[in-house]
Amino acid sequence: MQIVSDIQAILGGFRVTLAHMLRRPVTIQYPEQKRIPYPRFRARIVLTRDPDGGERCVACYLCSAACPVDCISMQADEREDGRRYAAWFRINFSRCIFCGLCAEACPTMAIQMTPDYEICTRDIMDLVYEKEDLLIDGCGKDASYNFYSHAGIGVTQPRGAGLEESKPVDVRSLMP
Amino acid sequence: MTAFSLDITLFAVKLGLVFFVILTLAAYLVFAERKVLAWVQDRKGPNRVGPFGLLQPLADLIKLLTKEDVVPGGADRWLFYLAPAMAAIPAILIFSVIPFGAPVNIFGRDLPLVVSDLNVGLLFFLALSSIAVYGVAIGGWASNSKYALLGGIRGLAQLISYELSMGLSLVPIVMLSHSFNLADIVAAQKTVPFIVYQPLAFIIFLLSITAECKRIPFDLPEAEGELVAGFHTEYSGMRFGLFFVGEYINIIVLGGLAATFFLGGWHGPLLPPTVWFSLKTLAVAFFFIWMRGTLPRLRYDQLMHLGWKVLTPLALVNILITGWWLALK
Repeated sequence: MQIVSDIQAILGGFRVTLAHMLRRPVTIQYPEQKRIPYPRFRARIVLTRDPDGGERCVACYLCSAACPVDCISMQADEREDGRRYAAWFRINFSRCIFCGLCAEACPTMAIQMTPDYEICTRDIMDLVYEKEDLLIDGCGKDASYNFYSHAGIGVTQPRGAGLEESKPVDVRSLMP
Repeated sequence: MTAFSLDITLFAVKLGLVFFVILTLAAYLVFAERKVLAWVQDRKGPNRVGPFGLLQPLADLIKLLTKEDVVPGGADRWLFYLAPAMAAIPAILIFSVIPFGAPVNIFGRDLPLVVSDLNVGLLFFLALSSIAVYGVAIGGWASNSKYALLGGIRGLAQLISYELSMGLSLVPIVMLSHSFNLADIVAAQKTVPFIVYQPLAFIIFLLSITAECKRIPFDLPEAEGELVAGFHTEYSGMRFGLFFVGEYINIIVLGGLAATFFLGGWHGPLLPPTVWFSLKTLAVAFFFIWMRGTLPRLRYDQLMHLGWKVLTPLALVNILITGWWLALK
């Protein structure tokens, strides 16, 4: 009988909704209850420092190039000893989509994502973060990593003296 | 105080009380609906305004009153203004014939707890429920909008298909109680409510009044997914509010009628009669809300099919069976 199974189906629907009525709501009431994000949650972006306290960023523009919404801009500069740094560094969080591609692209672990998701403001211009807003005093993830101790190009050591660095190739010889 | 002025005063107090309770209940039914629907969907529902969100209806009222009252260009201004009232007033008027409690004795006179003890109360209800659709149809037509017009037309066509089965499902009630008077119908259910004798008529009546107050699964005149908001697409501010409150007054009134016709009216053990009546009414209202959280909207031809090919023949057969049973008894 078609009609019997139809009526059974309708009553089954009523039973399901009644069961859900008696269930505890899943709502998290945000301003009062805040969920704790996972450590790798991707929210506000920071610029970290190396273990010695220097800026990790070498202004290579890779984050800016990787950014799908072009919200990162900077100006590269060089210190007297050849160490590169960003003269200014700007992230426009009103455009940022928190995809994390910049942090993935960063060769020096300078740019990192933090779980701090509460960065909304009344004025949209407040979402444009300058370098001094972005820089933090810690190393973030990968605390012991120091790019220059590995690469050391002309800054702390001579060329080819880094930890995992091979001697420079003499491009004028044909030997491998 | 003369006897006449006492009568007038008592009547005015009763009228004011009924009016106040109905409107407040309608406002809180909106709140209850939002809460229950939220629970069905594992949400919390409105809980920001006042304790447990209980002042939400007040906030809604203030919002609706302060909103701009827009009249679309090319609309028939007077009919557009009139339509919301035409939808809400018949719904309130129907309640005037519903007995909501046992007669009480105040100042040495019997006061029936019904606004108007009409001897053709049932026919009065059927007539007014047909008039209520004018508000929908005229509002839809006067809006100068395709969606509103289609909603209004659907409201009219829907009326024809469910009104018939609604009327026919009440015939066995009249046969059993030998009266059109709602007080007599309640009195006839003193021992056993009619739902025991007439379960089929109750189901037909319940489905018909769902269509009557344009609720899911029969909310075709509004049909958010298809017609934006149907007949009240172009309404804003308190005129929309009147349509909206009218719908919920309708739910209360029709719930009260279902309680009166089938669930034994104000009869019940232990609790006072008015409480029993309110409980039964609110139970039907809760069922409406529950149904809204459960069922999808029917297609238009499915409603027609249900009304004409299922409910109406079933109601007719039910009348025949009831007549046969009464003749045998």
